[in-house]
Amino acid sequence: MEILYILIPLAVILAAVAIAAFVMSVRSGQYDDLDGAAHRILMDDDDPMIPKYGEDKKGKDASGD
Amino acid sequence: MCCMGCQAVAKAIVDNGLEDYYRHRTEKAQVGEALVPDALRELQVYDNETLQQSFVHVREGDVREASLILEGIVCAACVWLSERHVGAMEGVLAFHVNYSTHRAQVTWDNSKIQLSDILRAISEIGYHAHPFDASRQEALQKKERNRALRRIGIAGVGTMQVMMMAVAMYLGEYQGMDESIRNLLRWASLVVTIPVVTYSGQAFFQSAWRDLKQHRLGMDVPVSLAIGLAFIASAWATWTGTGHVYFDSVTMFTFFLLIGRTLEMTARHKAGQVAEELVKLMPATANRLSADGIESVAVAELAIGDRLVVKPGEVVPTDGVVVEGKSSVNEALLTGESLPRAKHPGDHVIGGTINTESPLTIEVDRVGQDTVLAGISRLLERAHAEKPRVAELANRVAGWFVAALLLVAASVFGYWYLHRPDDALWITLSVLVITCPCALSLATPVALTAATGSLTARGVLTTRGHALETLARATDIIFDKTGTLTHGNLAVVSVTLLGDADEQWLRRLAAGLEGYSEHPVAEALKADIDALELEVIEAETGRGVMGRLDDHYYRLGSLEFIREWHPTLVASGEPGTTIYLASRDAVLAAFHLSDEPRREAPMVVRELEAMGITVHLLSGDNPIAVATIAERLGISHFQAEQLPEDKLTYLRQLQDQGRVVAMVGDGVNDAPVLAGAEVSIAMGKGAQLAQASADMVLLSDNLAVLPFSVEMACRTLKIIRQNIVWAIGYNLLALPLAAAGYILPWMAAIGMSGSSLFVVLNALRLKDGRVK
Repeated sequence: MEILYILIPLAVILAAVAIAAFVMSVRSGQYDDLDGAAHRILMDDDDPMIPKYGEDKKGKDASGD
Repeated sequence: MCCMGCQAVAKAIVDNGLEDYYRHRTEKAQVGEALVPDALRELQVYDNETLQQSFVHVREGDVREASLILEGIVCAACVWLSERHVGAMEGVLAFHVNYSTHRAQVTWDNSKIQLSDILRAISEIGYHAHPFDASRQEALQKKERNRALRRIGIAGVGTMQVMMMAVAMYLGEYQGMDESIRNLLRWASLVVTIPVVTYSGQAFFQSAWRDLKQHRLGMDVPVSLAIGLAFIASAWATWTGTGHVYFDSVTMFTFFLLIGRTLEMTARHKAGQVAEELVKLMPATANRLSADGIESVAVAELAIGDRLVVKPGEVVPTDGVVVEGKSSVNEALLTGESLPRAKHPGDHVIGGTINTESPLTIEVDRVGQDTVLAGISRLLERAHAEKPRVAELANRVAGWFVAALLLVAASVFGYWYLHRPDDALWITLSVLVITCPCALSLATPVALTAATGSLTARGVLTTRGHALETLARATDIIFDKTGTLTHGNLAVVSVTLLGDADEQWLRRLAAGLEGYSEHPVAEALKADIDALELEVIEAETGRGVMGRLDDHYYRLGSLEFIREWHPTLVASGEPGTTIYLASRDAVLAAFHLSDEPRREAPMVVRELEAMGITVHLLSGDNPIAVATIAERLGISHFQAEQLPEDKLTYLRQLQDQGRVVAMVGDGVNDAPVLAGAEVSIAMGKGAQLAQASADMVLLSDNLAVLPFSVEMACRTLKIIRQNIVWAIGYNLLALPLAAAGYILPWMAAIGMSGSSLFVVLNALRLKDGRVK
């Protein structure tokens, strides 16, 4: 049971890490807009990885397609 | 496509490869007003450094940041469209729109692109952006929210850790545990609890200290006592290695109480946000007459004595006196009535009203905080700050309740100290925890949050906490007529042909004659008609217009105006407004315009009466119009030609009979009645100041949600009562048990959390499952 002398303090340290991560996430504004993320993933705006011939970087087809 | 504006927007969308907008949108976009080249030029004023000071934040070098309110966003696809379109521009470093609040943050490099270009891009796709002074309430609320979130997070993590170790310790007490291990667990619990008490617990300690300094006993005093005492006792027990520890109770207690507080705060913030959005900004730019001509300046730079030109369709920038020009001004902002008032040189105009007919030159006589609009806003802010009566009463009762609670706790402690001194402390703690009005304090806010959420999904905004509870008790409802029961717009109801000409051609002729006017009569005549192109020769405010087509002269206007050509013309006798069209030879037609009642109005009146609410109609309009509408809608109690004071008197008479009255209106002239009624409801398209002062706003302008709102309010009240009965019942039952020493602190904490959970789950029944 002596292993507990390591494990318990370790647990406390991990808890401190969790709290730090949470505080950082709140500070970075992740909680400001709770609905946005749900909608954003549905929007299909992945630009193609390999641009077609004639397309510029922004994905707009120069041939008017 | 309905207009060139929409076509331009669609072209912009397709050109930029954003057709997905049409695939993903869930709502049809609002028809945006196309920005005329003049208005686009005015956007350039936003590049002015002085103007930018109030809402632009300068980062290093040329990088700037600003907050904007976006108008016209109706669904998620709109947000996506704006972000993609603006984000793709050269020089824009970041453009992010918040889905919930419709606020946008834009970061740009000022050397590559100007703010006006960004605003123009937004209007290209059909939305309007207002600069937004985020340094006010919004920033404060954000800080408050983030602090609350951090506190809950820390309390939550702490609670989980401590509970884990507490389970181990309880099992240890039962099965046997090494003293050294037990001490290890205790110390670990202490370490984890310290941040919970010192950081998260601040919420209660600060509030309790504030109350005590004012010699008042608030709800937070027993809470702080419980948390503080339990922590100190447990720390002592850990240090000396004797006695019991209550870290699990302390953390659980803090965690659940914080959740309740945060729910309340979120509801309050939402209400505040809505109120702020409703009072839109006055125009930011004005056209000043100077020696070199007309220049666009920021309203903030105007001085008394400046001369401004206000074109038709523009908003008057600030209070002033007309020096040149004749026009009519739409004062719906103040009166809610859409028929404009004629203004001649020497007349006063008020900042915020809309010029409808011809250009006016005005001389500024009041700026900034001295304007009429600013004064009214101040009055409203004061009205907001005065607490509703119910809250005052609750505060006073709370003081006595807490005093009684502390007395009970003290006597319990005293009793047990004499009989079983070892147990005295934890028994007292149990008592304090059990009697904590946690479930009680959650009972109302959580139900109100759920109910307002359901209502908002249906297009009804609740801005005051007490609105729902009062609406449930309403016995009478008073409707205003124009703009509330009716659309508030004039529409052509019928046409009387007085000559041989074809009706359609006559309609087109009338529309052509009214081509340049923005008067509501003109709008009604122009609606959905393909106007004939002709030359307008003369336009006289309040009388009519004269024009020429193919060498024939035509007049369109009031009875007196046409009588100048045809003295024998007789009034038609129809209710509402009649406009006559005549050529030099004969009177051609009479157009009858009136204000149509909303389609859902009869059904709404019927449903409200069926719920037992008496419906009244009070209007400032003439008796015939009012009686007609009342008859069509089935309202038996109605009054016409009511001035605001008359409406207020009628209201007081009802209230003297002990009735609870709700008022539905749309104009600021309804403001005294709206304030006097127990609960006030404003229409979404009505005067903005009325919206800001009302307790509820019908955003969708659809009266059909009224019966639903009343029903929801009744259900909410029922659920609140159930919650309160449960919370008090639980407390009363548990208190004797705790005082007798049967309840250990951890049981008290679990019981308290359980009762809070029950209250929350009960309130969730109010969440309407149907989507709008």
